[in-house]
Amino acid sequence: MTTGLWQHWLLPGIWVTIQLTVYSAAFAAVVAFGVGIARTSPLWIVRFVTGVYVEVFRGTSALVLMFWLFFVMPLAFGLQLVPMWAAVLALGLSYGAYGSEIVRGALAAVAPAQREAAVALSFTPAQRMRRVILPQAVPEMIPPFNNLLIELLKGTALVSVMSVADIAFAAQLSRLATGASLEIYAIILAIYFVLAFVLTRLMRLLERKAKAGLGQAPEKGVFPRRGARPGTALPAGGER
Amino acid sequence: MSWDWEAARAFWPELLHGLGVTLEATALGALLAFAVGLVWALAYRSPTRWVRWPVTAVVEFIRNTPLLVQLFFFFYVLPTWDIKFSALTTGVITLGLHYSTYTAEVYRAGIDGVPVGQWEAATALSLSRARTWTAVILPQAIRRVVPALGNYVIAMLKDTPILAIIGVLDMLQNARLEGARTFQYVEPFTMVGIAFIVIAYPASLLMRALERRLGH
Repeated sequence: MTTGLWQHWLLPGIWVTIQLTVYSAAFAAVVAFGVGIARTSPLWIVRFVTGVYVEVFRGTSALVLMFWLFFVMPLAFGLQLVPMWAAVLALGLSYGAYGSEIVRGALAAVAPAQREAAVALSFTPAQRMRRVILPQAVPEMIPPFNNLLIELLKGTALVSVMSVADIAFAAQLSRLATGASLEIYAIILAIYFVLAFVLTRLMRLLERKAKAGLGQAPEKGVFPRRGARPGTALPAGGER
Repeated sequence: MSWDWEAARAFWPELLHGLGVTLEATALGALLAFAVGLVWALAYRSPTRWVRWPVTAVVEFIRNTPLLVQLFFFFYVLPTWDIKFSALTTGVITLGLHYSTYTAEVYRAGIDGVPVGQWEAATALSLSRARTWTAVILPQAIRRVVPALGNYVIAMLKDTPILAIIGVLDMLQNARLEGARTFQYVEPFTMVGIAFIVIAYPASLLMRALERRLGH
């Protein structure tokens, strides 16, 4: 690995991966909360439409969706997106669909008495959601969101296929330039691991903060246990 | 929006070929993930930390790094060690190894869920360690995690298109080739996307039904 490769490809690549992760996560979070809350709507049409969205985007493969956005959208609808934004759209839409299931599950897990108490105090539905349901549901969402965020970080590697110059793309270029496959891919994998580790620590901090308000403490361990207890497992059919 | 039924019909046989490869990769990858994941799960339970710690480190490393980069690693690095596999074999190994780190957690949850009384009963009957695992613990542990394992098989199915990047002729690769050959991108990519939904949605409904049946 020469310094030139580091300077011109790998370091900017790390920055691109971080940007992709942050933008996609922000977009996915908006989608997840919007759709997750809409799925508890009293109107059947809202529930139906959001349900179809979730099943379609969870049912298909993120890579296929990305190819579809890159190759089909321009031809079929005359919409040409900058690769970076097409990637954010694809990642945000598919991980948003997974996230909406987490939101829905956490909302459903709030004790019914809380909702009834809010009704008894004649809170409006919006107040009920904002002041009673969400403050209790959000801390429960953080561990599964952490899992999903790591999946999203790993998912950003797919954009290298679309020539977005992220870390995985830089690895491909470096391999072609130097031929030192082992060294390059070992370094790249280590970088992803460090990024995942940092993200997990940040989410832990967030979880500790959120749960302190409810008088709870987060689970121990370096990385989240997937499926180890019902609360941290992704909802049925979550497959992530 | 222009949909050309002629192009769709032309791609249909290719789609079916690709589907065969996709399902083959999923099935073989899943078998590997089930087997290797069980090894990890048993190693977690090892009495010595010299087994537990390295295994935990390796599993966490594999799980927290992207499948695509791992695929490149195996695809480009193994040949330099004179280990030569076909693209499909490399893909299956990578997919199986990656998902084994997920199935390991599933098995672990299942094993932790077996009541302590079962372990004690096995000790009281002076069953050997091997008998305890194969005749008492694992049959109960695995039964209750079947839906969770099934969900990971669906996740693997949806990750197989990544193998197209190293040239495995799955559905996505066939769509890419068809697009490059005929300049018809709309129909092949749309059909592949729909094919995934058509397979994955009923499969996930089945897993949900199974989950309810097993009383989760």
